[in-house]
Amino acid sequence: MMLDKEKQKEYLAEVRKEMPKTKHFSTMLKAFITGGLICCVGQSISLLIKHFFPEFDEKTVSGFTTMFMILITCVLTGFGIYDKIGSFGGAGSIIPITGFANSIVSPAIEHKREGIILGLCANMFSIAGPVIVFGISASILVGIIYLFI
Amino acid sequence: MEIFLTYLKVFLVGGGICLIGQILINLTKMTSARILVTFLLTGIFLEAIGVFEHIKNFAQAGATIPILGFGSNLAKGAIEGAKSSGLFGALTGGVKAVAAGLGGAIFIGFIIGVISNAHSKS
Repeated sequence: MMLDKEKQKEYLAEVRKEMPKTKHFSTMLKAFITGGLICCVGQSISLLIKHFFPEFDEKTVSGFTTMFMILITCVLTGFGIYDKIGSFGGAGSIIPITGFANSIVSPAIEHKREGIILGLCANMFSIAGPVIVFGISASILVGIIYLFI
Repeated sequence: MEIFLTYLKVFLVGGGICLIGQILINLTKMTSARILVTFLLTGIFLEAIGVFEHIKNFAQAGATIPILGFGSNLAKGAIEGAKSSGLFGALTGGVKAVAAGLGGAIFIGFIIGVISNAHSKS
């Protein structure tokens, strides 16, 4: 028994040596740059909307900015470009709202051949579903807590 | 000059948030769904305790474009709803506030999904 465990440990150490190491520094730098740039694009869009439609209030501007970012992402995903950004940027492409949009469109396109309803529509929310469920539930909780304070 | 400073803030804060996410992925091998949920809940929490407003005033799109901003919008809508119309507002306010993002994502996602074809991953 003891021998087995020691052997297992030795084997694991051997395997770990051979495994490709996660390149912490370069992935972090790439995520930082990608995320920063995507946010700068968002800032530019909101400034442009403010410039061309000065009558919009803050909420409308931020709503339109979000929609525009989502539109751009969906088109880029449709052409297969966002996947390349994703493999370069890692978390930098997941955490912005563009990553949320990509997580809706990407499985939709992938499962399209299984049919529109059971393939495309059902799989749109395989990643976005948990986000929506947690988000809405938590927001309702927060609202109810605020009722009492 | 001022616009340069604004963009610098946006870049640093937005990039910083993604950097934290990348560290989480590297250390815990989280999947993207978990990362999105974690950051969304963080955004809701930050908004609920009133911190997010300051981050937003400082970094603008650097705070609102990451999914944190989506969470903050949800929480803000629910809080405003609770204040203005009680329980009904608390239940509907959050969804109302993110209707733009949610509706846009679903509609545009559906249209693009229907018209474009799968790319082979090389």
